[in-house]
Amino acid sequence: MAPFAMNGAKSKMQGGLMEYFVQQLVNGVTLGSIYGLIAIGYTLVYGIVGMINFAHGDIFMVGAFVALIVITALGLTASTGLGLSILALILVLVISMVVASVYGWTVERVAYRPLRGSFRLAPLITAIGMSIVLQNFVQISQGARVKPLQPIISGGHTLMRRVDAQGEFAVQISNMQIFIIVITFSLMVAFTLLIAKTPLGRAQRACEQDTKMAALSGINVDHTISLTFVLGAALAAVAGLMFLLYYGVIDFFIGFVAGVKAFTAAVLGGIGSLPGAMLGGMVIGLIETFWSAYFSIEYKDVAAFAMLALVLIFLPQGLLGKPEVEKV
Amino acid sequence: MSAAPLLAVSEVETFYGKIQALRGVSLEVFDGEIVTLIGANGAGKSTLMMTICGTPQARNGQIVYNGADITRLPTHQIMQLGIAQSPEGRRIFGRMTVMENLRIGASVTDPAYFDEDLERVFALFPLLKERQNQRGGTLSGGEQQMLAIARALMARPRLLLLDEPSLGLAPLVIRQIFSAIQELNEQQGLTVFLVEQNAHHALRLAHRGYVMVNGKITMSGTGIELLARPEIRAAYLEGGAH
Ligand SMILES: Nc1ncnc2c1ncn2[C@@H]1O[C@H](COP(=O)(O)OP(=O)(O)OP(=O)(O)O)[C@@H](O)[C@H]1O
Ligand SMILES: [Mg+2]
Repeated sequence: MAPFAMNGAKSKMQGGLMEYFVQQLVNGVTLGSIYGLIAIGYTLVYGIVGMINFAHGDIFMVGAFVALIVITALGLTASTGLGLSILALILVLVISMVVASVYGWTVERVAYRPLRGSFRLAPLITAIGMSIVLQNFVQISQGARVKPLQPIISGGHTLMRRVDAQGEFAVQISNMQIFIIVITFSLMVAFTLLIAKTPLGRAQRACEQDTKMAALSGINVDHTISLTFVLGAALAAVAGLMFLLYYGVIDFFIGFVAGVKAFTAAVLGGIGSLPGAMLGGMVIGLIETFWSAYFSIEYKDVAAFAMLALVLIFLPQGLLGKPEVEKV
Repeated sequence: MSAAPLLAVSEVETFYGKIQALRGVSLEVFDGEIVTLIGANGAGKSTLMMTICGTPQARNGQIVYNGADITRLPTHQIMQLGIAQSPEGRRIFGRMTVMENLRIGASVTDPAYFDEDLERVFALFPLLKERQNQRGGTLSGGEQQMLAIARALMARPRLLLLDEPSLGLAPLVIRQIFSAIQELNEQQGLTVFLVEQNAHHALRLAHRGYVMVNGKITMSGTGIELLARPEIRAAYLEGGAH
């Protein structure tokens, strides 16, 4: 699918222009911030319970669907004023975060917690099971067809303009992209502060580093793990709304591809590392966008997955991964 | 000494899978006491310390703290009752600063006490004050040991469990830590249950001691009594006194 919020995609013959490059950069950062938000959920959960939550991509998909349902219910369209649209979208965001959090919490409670302490593959298998359950649930309740969304925030700004013999080329950033980038970056900053500075974040890191010692310090480990799933799911829901706004279409299967890419981002950044997840998301978003822009849009997913294979082979600890050896 | 013990362990059995580590351990710690537990490697001392904290839980037997049965409570709830442990291996949070480690230690207390408690542990271990922004993982072994004890004290415990606080430390630092324990006990009435390899030091410091062999208590008495026993001297003290 071609994102309608992505600008300049038609001007591929003008590749090589500085303007074209800048345009792709803007698009890539938008996409990268979405992947980064999803990647945080993978990395946090891996850090604290050491498992890959394969259902996380589907929580993202649920978030996107909740957003679509609420937007439709509110009757938001492009004719709604800009200010009102933004307020309404923030309401949509909050509702979608809350609903996705309930899903994230439930998945952990039902499918992972009972298996904690059993053999390593068990939670991985139930994670895949939960992913299939969520996909089928949405497929049955919402239908298997793609669901479109009319653009809500219209308009944009021209960052650069160039006129030459071949015609005119303008670098644009849409209001939608600004909305996506501003919201995702603010949430990433807020989230980083939450983890770095608050008692909850400290408890989260304590459980991640030494679960038993965290419990010996009076921290409720189960509770902290639940909250980690809730936070990851809430951020995935934000990504879900942003994805919906960016591409304008969703279906029950979007969680799989976006999930694998975000997982790649988490591995690339160094699984377990919060800044790594954001950086990895950005890198994957940029690779995908530039690959589509300069080589082939059909193979953009292949580029992202080839990246995963390369990282696993040559840089298994990731860009910002924790060193294996720690003096204890 | 009050009639009811602060901590009463009775007939406790703990298993790791099929391996039985504790085979019916019974002992008591009274309010205001320093009690030490000595025993050879693998006797089950650390297992007992951890079983008191509910990780792992005792399969049989009972642990009563301050009149309440805590045998089946989850660990974090036990720690909220005024028990703190500086565990074997120190278990410092390596990627957190000294200050953050201390904040984690204070998880169970009212934040209003934090500054006061911080000052108290810094007075006890001034070195930690200098290193408050250093990452725990980069501290030396002795510094980590001090941090582990300080972190436990930040919980304002009534009962402090110390598992081999002198392990790997220089004699001077050991003396410092032992005098800190004594001070806390005498001045603040802190009850201490101490596991030590360094039996000579521990038995001199403690009011009473227990000896554990193969998951069972085989002897008990005052520190002085135990120090005088020939079998103790032979097993735990020969060559160990300094
Ligand atoms: N996690 C575990 N899994 C299986 N067995 C264990 C585990 N922890 C301890 N054990 C076994 O339980 C027994 C008691 O161990 P414990 O650590 O309590 O001994 P200890 O008295 O503290 O010894 P040390 O003085 O060497 O610290 C040992 O035989 C040990 O091998
Ligand atoms: Mg031990």
